[in-house]
Amino acid sequence: MRYAFAALAAASVLASPVHASVAERVDALFAVSTTWFVNLIFADLPGTGVPWIVGWLVIGAVVFTLYFGFIQFRAFGHALQIVRGKYSDPKDAGEVSPFQALTAALSGTVGLGNIAGVAVAVSIGGAGATFWMILAGLLGMASKFTECTLGVKYRNEYPDGTVSGGPMYYIKKGFAERGLPLGGFMAVMFSIFCVLGSLGGGNMFQANQAASQVSSVLGVPSWITGLVLSGIVFLVIVGGIKSIARVTEKVVPFMGGGYFLVGVAILLLNWDMIGWAFSEILRGAFTDSGIVGGMVGAIIQGFRRAAFSNEAGIGSAAIAHSAVRTKEPISEGFVSLLEPFIDTVIICTMTALVIIITQQLLIDANTGMYILGENGRIANVEGVGAGVPLTSAAFGSAFGWAPYALSLAVFLFAFSTMITWSYYGVKAWTYMFGEGETKELVFKLIFCFFIFVGAVTSLDAVIDFSDAALFSMAIFNIIALYFLMPIVKRELQSYLLRLKSGQIKAYK
Amino acid sequence: MPETYLIAFDGSAASERALTFGAERARAAGAQLLLAHVLEWSPYSFLSAEEVAERHKRRTEEVGRAETVILDPVRKKLAGQGLSVETVVRYGHVAEVLSELAKEYGATQIIVGRTGEKGLQARLFGSVAGTLAQAAPVPCTIVP
Repeated sequence: MRYAFAALAAASVLASPVHASVAERVDALFAVSTTWFVNLIFADLPGTGVPWIVGWLVIGAVVFTLYFGFIQFRAFGHALQIVRGKYSDPKDAGEVSPFQALTAALSGTVGLGNIAGVAVAVSIGGAGATFWMILAGLLGMASKFTECTLGVKYRNEYPDGTVSGGPMYYIKKGFAERGLPLGGFMAVMFSIFCVLGSLGGGNMFQANQAASQVSSVLGVPSWITGLVLSGIVFLVIVGGIKSIARVTEKVVPFMGGGYFLVGVAILLLNWDMIGWAFSEILRGAFTDSGIVGGMVGAIIQGFRRAAFSNEAGIGSAAIAHSAVRTKEPISEGFVSLLEPFIDTVIICTMTALVIIITQQLLIDANTGMYILGENGRIANVEGVGAGVPLTSAAFGSAFGWAPYALSLAVFLFAFSTMITWSYYGVKAWTYMFGEGETKELVFKLIFCFFIFVGAVTSLDAVIDFSDAALFSMAIFNIIALYFLMPIVKRELQSYLLRLKSGQIKAYK
Repeated sequence: MPETYLIAFDGSAASERALTFGAERARAAGAQLLLAHVLEWSPYSFLSAEEVAERHKRRTEEVGRAETVILDPVRKKLAGQGLSVETVVRYGHVAEVLSELAKEYGATQIIVGRTGEKGLQARLFGSVAGTLAQAAPVPCTIVP
């Protein structure tokens, strides 16, 4: 608790005197110190308007999809059966079930990416971005399968029964096993970016969106939300107050379900527009709908947001899945391939459809082209910013109470994503500096401090840095996946044979 | 071959009553006892990433505690009285697991204590005794 007061005192000194100007200073400092990094990661491929990193992820997803023969479609039904517990030995009851592994990993991805990220995607890329987002989600399932299988196969198991796993472990051990050089170096590089990603997308982006939503709906200044979020996360991850986390873990799934149902209700209310919405999506996906960059702009936005939302190829989910004690790495890979589907193909698409169907984006009646506002973004009905406010306006246009419910959802999603990402960050941190409580504490304090920083910086600086840090994890992760995918293929063939022969048996 | 009586035992007062009742009957009939401690567990509950990582450790601790603190003392006591006693620790929905155990061990009856749950919780979720009375695969004695 001592630390709590120290951290809160430090933060309030930063915030209290004239908080607006401090917020601006933090913001300016933040933008200055991260711009070079963002520019490097999002540099265009020479002669095109495509950031190389987006191409990197998509090519990776395509390669894995082809290499494993469209495993995401072949194994889809089997994956559902595993999650339903059909292949779970009743004697293992009390261990983590496939369903729990799936939902724990999902809690790190379903959240603001689905609410805010999608709004950003369609407000820059138009309706057409949705099509590319879905495609990226479907392809990403193969990346997720590959990385989570490896995560389980190469984790560290300790005598006290705990496990540590993730890309850093499979890069190091897998490369050593195949006699490849540089495994140790790449594992450390991945860990560095994982720590940055945990502070960026897993933290500042969340804090920022929660703060801006709470401020626009309830009028609470950002720095207050920042302090509160930082304090609660502190109590959970440092103070060990599990009851708060437990409440969130109970509430968030229902929030997710509720969000989905409200979305479906809005679609049903506008059922006559669904056909139009899909035709808009297809039109924008393959033709120039007046957005910046034309069709390529839609592709980039769709791919970018999908990757940011479902994190396939990033390597994060492999950390969560490694902790599950399963005998079969492949079955964990199968479970994980459902995540991009649920996250992107179902939930993100729903957000996009609601924004499109409630006609938030302004279209020139004469030309059928989008009307562009400032920053190259499509102007919207309410004149609100991209991100949560746009989604909020879309939901609010159907149900007056929705923005309030959405504020609560955003706050809780942000909180649960932060808790999950703090775990990812800790794992990468202890990989580099060794396991130990003091070492974990240092990282957790840094993590809480950045929540506050994230809450007071401007959206663009934070989103850009969040993306850049998350995507950088993919650089090393995907290189490693290319080298290690033959190992996954051997595992897969053996698993499928044993499944066919009945050696892997169904219990229900 | 002697009969086996399955007794649900979690150390509570109600389960003590079931045990006393069952032990008397077993002595009279020359039956064996199977003491089962079932920890309530659903594979569809939600865990955080950290809880997932710690789950195996926690489970090992929980099973160890159930054996050493709850089951071992009564097993020793009953064995000292000349009864043949086996113990088992399982996870799951209590009534379902007891029914499965009865089949697995060929028990001829199940003996459970009645906790006397009232109110909303019992109405919504039902009680272990109530569920067993409806669904047990072998005769079931509910000890008040």
